[in-house]
Amino acid sequence: MDGIRTENLTKYYGKTMGIENMNLTVEEGDFFGFIGPNGAGKSTTIRTLLGLIRPTGGAGKIFGRDIVSQNKEILSLVGYMPSEIHFYGGMKVKDVIRLSASLRGKDCSREAERLCDRLRLNVDKRVDQLSLGNRKKVAIVCTLQHEPQLCILDEPTSGLDPLMQREFFSILEEYNRAGTTIFFSSHVLSEVERYCKHGAVIRNGKILVQDSISRLRETSAKRVTLRSEAVSQGTNSAMERALEDSDCSGCVKDVQENGDTVSFLYSGEIPELLGMLASLPLTDLTITEPDLEEIFLHYYEEAKE
Amino acid sequence: MRGILFLHELRQGKGNLLIWTATIGFLLAVCIFLYPEIEGQMGQVSGMFADMGSFSAAFGMDKVDFGQFMGYFAVECGNILGLGGGFFAALLGISSLAKEEGAQTAEFLLSHPVSRRQVVLQKLLAVLAEILVMNGVVMALSFLSALAIGAEPDWHTFGLLFLAYLLLQMEIGAICFGISAFLSRGGMGIGLGIAALLYFLNLIANLTEKAEFLKYITPYSYADGAEIVAADSLEPAYLTVGLCFVLAGIGAAFYWYERKDVGLG
Repeated sequence: MDGIRTENLTKYYGKTMGIENMNLTVEEGDFFGFIGPNGAGKSTTIRTLLGLIRPTGGAGKIFGRDIVSQNKEILSLVGYMPSEIHFYGGMKVKDVIRLSASLRGKDCSREAERLCDRLRLNVDKRVDQLSLGNRKKVAIVCTLQHEPQLCILDEPTSGLDPLMQREFFSILEEYNRAGTTIFFSSHVLSEVERYCKHGAVIRNGKILVQDSISRLRETSAKRVTLRSEAVSQGTNSAMERALEDSDCSGCVKDVQENGDTVSFLYSGEIPELLGMLASLPLTDLTITEPDLEEIFLHYYEEAKE
Repeated sequence: MRGILFLHELRQGKGNLLIWTATIGFLLAVCIFLYPEIEGQMGQVSGMFADMGSFSAAFGMDKVDFGQFMGYFAVECGNILGLGGGFFAALLGISSLAKEEGAQTAEFLLSHPVSRRQVVLQKLLAVLAEILVMNGVVMALSFLSALAIGAEPDWHTFGLLFLAYLLLQMEIGAICFGISAFLSRGGMGIGLGIAALLYFLNLIANLTEKAEFLKYITPYSYADGAEIVAADSLEPAYLTVGLCFVLAGIGAAFYWYERKDVGLG
């Protein structure tokens, strides 16, 4: 059975499109990353799945249950961590955690205690005195303490330091190994690449591509920036010539020249790139992940073709 | 999750409830304790109070004897409890559903397996319970204060007054509760505005016969202390209309909240 399956799921806010004809499939047991820039429709998708907002078209199922008519059943199987975390003012951490458990009609005290110990969370503090990191810790306890079958997290690591991010993902990985399906949204490609088995790229309310992370990575390009001491136009054209002569000229896109630097998106084999670069009189070289916008561009063009 | 949200609401609102109960209770007690002092002077001035033309009519002072405890209590305390309680109920009702979105706790609450219907039901019951508690305490305080000054109120009328104010608050609370379902933040201004508007509608209706139809709109018509003391009963026609408002408010809340898109960041 699929963990999540949507068919042409659509949400319009009046005339404004939130998401359109979204077909998303997340297998049970998957660790799934949902990547897209801000405003792409990630939160809209998640909130529609959870029944916080109603779809205006299409349908969705979570573990075979309809997201509109079987909302309550779904929510009892799901743990959700919103992107912005707000609790009721004046409550202590332990009271929030207990409230969340009792709203589920469950005694989760053992799992809650384990998670709090693990996260070194002071449960006697008041939630409105907590830092963002600690608020997220409380949220993760509320999300996981009832040992959900599916865990949905909306930008779980935004605002967290790298150490805490790693801690978060290691906990999620533990649950995933124990069978929990993990679905999280992010605009950070690297964390999706690192932890997920599958992923989908969303932009402007539509899914551009959905595949295994290894396949997504194959198609993903690198941003290569070259700098040469000779600032003359001649050298730059030498670079360009080298690019054109190499076997991988088709793998080079979006060439930008700026003074003595040339940068381009490269989506071919790495050894060939190195062979080509070896012949050039370079003083500096950087190869980085293209920023997200560029990847979207890449998939966007592909989608158009 | 039997009653969890109901209890949670009460816990969240207890500070607010305490302040309102203490304030209104204190004002009522002060009002009652002032009575012996003014009682003597009242003999002379009650005639004057009743003689101030439309001003007296607006507050119903032409209908009751200020020299009598019940007359004094109905008008003075009636205004405190009517206006204060009306504001209290309006704020409770208007914030009940809307505050979750205002404080952005709606996502937390509604991502738990709790049906929207249960959310509305338990929040509504919490509003009504808080109104009941406030009125219960205030009534007990008034009762004790009246005993303390040795006044001998007509207990039937006394109870009838408190019943009327209780119903008034429940009506205002229910109307505001219904509006609350449509709001996505605070709405305090709307709540206070509605309570004040309804109060003044009754004053206007008291002034001129042309505006008497307003009495069917505002719950202050059946909770008019002077009228109640004079008639020793509540006007069934106004109560019936009030009940319709209550049902409309509650119905709107259930209808809309179940369909509402919640938590749009």
